[in-house]
Amino acid sequence: MGAQIREYRQRIRSVSATKKITRAMELMAASRVVKAQQAVRESTPYARAITRAVSAVATFSNEDHVLTTEKETVKRAAVLIITSDRGLAGAYSSAVIKESERLLQRLRDEGKEPVPYLVGRKAVGYYTFRDRPFAAEWTGDSEKPSFETAREIGRRLVDDFLKDSDTEGGVDEVHVVYTRFVSMVTQEPEVIRLLPLEIVEQEMAEAADAELFPLYEFEPSVEEVLDALLPKYVNSRLFNCMLQAAASELAARQRAMKSATDNAEELVKKYTRLANQARQAEITQEISEIVGGASALAESK
Amino acid sequence: MSQLQVELVAADRKVWEGEASQVSARSIEGELGIMPGHTPLLGVLVEGDVTIHGEGGKRTVRIDGGFLSVDHDRVTILAESVDAAELAK
Repeated sequence: MGAQIREYRQRIRSVSATKKITRAMELMAASRVVKAQQAVRESTPYARAITRAVSAVATFSNEDHVLTTEKETVKRAAVLIITSDRGLAGAYSSAVIKESERLLQRLRDEGKEPVPYLVGRKAVGYYTFRDRPFAAEWTGDSEKPSFETAREIGRRLVDDFLKDSDTEGGVDEVHVVYTRFVSMVTQEPEVIRLLPLEIVEQEMAEAADAELFPLYEFEPSVEEVLDALLPKYVNSRLFNCMLQAAASELAARQRAMKSATDNAEELVKKYTRLANQARQAEITQEISEIVGGASALAESK
Repeated sequence: MSQLQVELVAADRKVWEGEASQVSARSIEGELGIMPGHTPLLGVLVEGDVTIHGEGGKRTVRIDGGFLSVDHDRVTILAESVDAAELAK
C-alpha cells in the first residue's frame, strides 16, 4: 500500500512540473501574440500605400504586365505553404498542411503539376518524412518573420514565375496557403492565388469609389514603374501573409498551452484524491491489523 | 507657402510623418526635388539618400530603393528598408 501512495505522489510532482512549463509557454505566447498583432498593424501603411500606387498605375495604363496576365496553359503551379517552426501549437500546422493537401489534390485534378515551396520546419519535416520532393524551403523565423525573408521568397517565386514552365522548371501559377488571423479564438487556413495578380482590379474598383486618382506623371515611364512596383507588391502581400500566420501560430499555441495547463490541473486533482484514498486505506488497514492482533493475543491468554 | 505632407514608410513600419518644405530623392533618372505644388508624380527611386527639409532642419535617411508618389502636396515615400539611424539624432 505504501508503494501506491509513493507512486501517486510521484505522478503529482511530475504533472505539476509539466504544468509549470505549459503555464510559462502560455504566458509567453500570450505576450508575443500582442506583438505579432502589432506587427500586422504596423505593416498596413506600407501595404496600403503600395496597393494605392499599383491601382493608380493600373488605372492609367492598359498594358498587360507579365505578372498580371494569365498564361494560356497552366502546367506547373507553385504552392507556398506557410507553417510554424515549432510544434506545441495544437492543430495549427496540421490544419495548414491539410488545407494544402486539398489544394494539391485539386490542382492535380485540374491536370496541373503542383510544386511545393515550404516555409517553417513543420512543413519541411512533413515532406522529408514522406520523402516528397519540394522546390525550396525557408525556416527559422516563423514566429517573428522579417521582411528580408518575405523579400527572398518573393524574389524566388517571381523568378520562377517568369521562367518557362516547359524548359526551365518555372511555374505558371503561384498559390499561397497560410493561416488567416481572424481573432484570438479563430484562425482559418486560407488559400490565395498570388500570381498572376488578380487582386489589382478588385482593389482598383474599391479605390475608384473612394477617390479619383490625379493624372500622374510617371518617372521614368509607366512600364518601368509597373516593372518595379509589382514585385514589391508581391513581397508586401507575402509579408502580410507571414505576419498573419505568425500571429495565428502564437494564438494557437496560447490556446493549446492553456488547455494543457487546465488538463494538468485536473490530473493533479485526480491524483491527490487517489493518494488521499490510498493513505486512508493504509491507515484503516493498520488499525484493523492492530485490533485483530490485540484480540488474537487476548484470546490466546 | 503651403507645406508638403510627407510620409516615409518602410515595409514593416511607418518611419516618419510630418510637414516639410522640400523633399529630394534619387530616382532612376537622377536627383529629384519636390516642392509644394508639384504635379502628381509616381517615380521609382534607386538606392540612395532621401532628404526631407522640415521645420526642425534637414533630415536624411538612406533607403535601398523604392517609390515616391506625389499628389496634392502629399508625398509618400515607400522603401522596403530604411536606415533611420540619422533620423533618431
